[in-house]
Amino acid sequence: MDAMSPTTSMSPTTSTTAADPVEFYGTRVNSRLLLGTAQYPSPAILAEAIRASAAEIVTVSLRRESGVAKAGQPLAGQSFWQLIRDLGVKVLPNTAGCKTVKEAVTTAEMARELFDTPWIKLEVIGEDDTLQPDVFGLVEAARILCRDGFQVFPYTTDDLIVADKLIAAGCEVLMPWGAPIGSGRGLNNPYGLRSMRAHFPRIPLVVDAGVGVPSHAAAAMELGYDAVLLNTAVAKAGDPVKMARAFALAIEAGREGFRADPMEARDMAAPSTPVMGQAHFG
Amino acid sequence: MSDPIILDHDGTATARPANAMRVTIVGAGVAGLTCAHAFAQRGAQVTVLERKSGSGQGCSWFAGGMLAPWCERESAEPLVAELGFESLDYWRREVPDVPAEGSLVLAQARDLPDLKRFSRRTEGYEWIDGARLGALEPDLAGRFEQGLFFPTEAHLEPRKALAALTGRLVNEYGVTFRYQSDVTSAVYDAADASAAVDDEADVVLDCRGLAARDVLPDLRGVKGEMLVLYSTEITLKRPVRMLHPRIPVYIVPRGDGHFMIGATSIENDERGRVTGRSLLELLSAVYALHPAFGEAEVVEIGADVRPAFPDNLPRIRRHGRTIRVNGFYRHGFLLAPALARRAAELAFDGTHFPEVMDEDRRQW
Repeated sequence: MDAMSPTTSMSPTTSTTAADPVEFYGTRVNSRLLLGTAQYPSPAILAEAIRASAAEIVTVSLRRESGVAKAGQPLAGQSFWQLIRDLGVKVLPNTAGCKTVKEAVTTAEMARELFDTPWIKLEVIGEDDTLQPDVFGLVEAARILCRDGFQVFPYTTDDLIVADKLIAAGCEVLMPWGAPIGSGRGLNNPYGLRSMRAHFPRIPLVVDAGVGVPSHAAAAMELGYDAVLLNTAVAKAGDPVKMARAFALAIEAGREGFRADPMEARDMAAPSTPVMGQAHFG
Repeated sequence: MSDPIILDHDGTATARPANAMRVTIVGAGVAGLTCAHAFAQRGAQVTVLERKSGSGQGCSWFAGGMLAPWCERESAEPLVAELGFESLDYWRREVPDVPAEGSLVLAQARDLPDLKRFSRRTEGYEWIDGARLGALEPDLAGRFEQGLFFPTEAHLEPRKALAALTGRLVNEYGVTFRYQSDVTSAVYDAADASAAVDDEADVVLDCRGLAARDVLPDLRGVKGEMLVLYSTEITLKRPVRMLHPRIPVYIVPRGDGHFMIGATSIENDERGRVTGRSLLELLSAVYALHPAFGEAEVVEIGADVRPAFPDNLPRIRRHGRTIRVNGFYRHGFLLAPALARRAAELAFDGTHFPEVMDEDRRQW
């Protein structure tokens, strides 16, 4: 898979989703939308939104839901997790809310046991107001988890050096932020995201966090990103199901636009119809 | 199990005709008590069985008691608001001390987008400025520049309201309460012939909340944590909701300097355990509302688990002579009277209520 190669668009196809899978740690999925499962009005609406989005991967937070294990009894959050498992999607557990390496590693270990998956979306939060990743802790936690056999999806910034170190630690996916979690501000630094894409043409890149409206997601895909991960924008919409579908469409549109090799922007008008034979002034 | 405590009328209550419908209600929370009222009003002879030692000691004990259908409209389905208006009228009419002072929704300056979003999702409010807020709640003067005021909403003290309702049921309607009783035999319907109390009933109402998960497999628990603070430094007339992108919190004045602070909403069924993080979040939010809460005395900390169906909407399900009323989620007081009236009309008139009765024909 080569995300930077618009030439793949040469293959004649009418259905993008069927012909254009993306691969994370050897797992192929057709949907380029990864959806979070928090903050929906109800589990029923969450389930409907996931179906409408056609997402095949959902993130699940377990830190708060898990409760305290009692001998011989399942953890208290069991019924919600069962509901998610029943949707038949792939679960990407996360370490949301963890602030230290140790917390994140412990949470990841718990997630592996609960969901029986080596996948972990690694969040090490550095600061409460912006929920900005603590990139130093992130790299350290990624190193520990990769060594332990985890397949790590790190939530990071668009810093290229951090990205390098995450790859050196063993990460085969990078998830830079668009904007702070839950802010809905879109792509704060398109230049940074563009450089990241150019520097890591073969690593699957996912814009994670900050996406507010479908056009933000389309813009990320037009930059050549492989997928978009979002939660609040769908969960907190007035109609989460409709918004989930809107994002699916936008991501497909953005991806198709990228693969279609867009024209270059220019400063002067370039008429799309010939002007020969018409009157010219100056 | 301890011996049953029986609360019975003294004989002055209206005598029932011999052919009155005999109804056994299992559960003396807000669902069971409002059902008892609805059935007794229709002339039924009602017995309430409860495994605890008094009324309203389950989930209802920890309820906020906000009667705020407009505010709930922001995040709940329209049905919750519709049922809520009916229930709001019920409580105002049937129990004492239900102040209709409205409710306030406020946010810190940095969370103004959440306030705008809230206003877009509902109706029945007016935007107010700092001066108007100061006129409504003098102790909040100068603390917020904008807010939403919902003038038609009300609130009650759940524990007092259910005690008052229990008293009326016993004294006016001759309802018998059997606390600390074994309720299991009553809810498994006619299959168990040895269940004597069950055999006498024409209708059994299962109002057990989450305990009914044994027969309602799609019921799940949603944990809620709350606390009660005591402060003489601040007075509020009406409930205040503090918006926050992650941690919305409400404060309900309970009178005499007491304030109920609630409530977390966590997808698990863990009873009774209040975490440090939840306390921290609840307290931070009220401290942001007014620093006096930072000096307030912590009177009570509590947690319980709300019963909810996957769409967080309530249900009435009938199986033979058993009617199950459940799934009130965060809206016990806001929904119970409206559901109770429907359950009674179902039993007496055979009326079908598609909005709360799914086509579930499973055999339990």
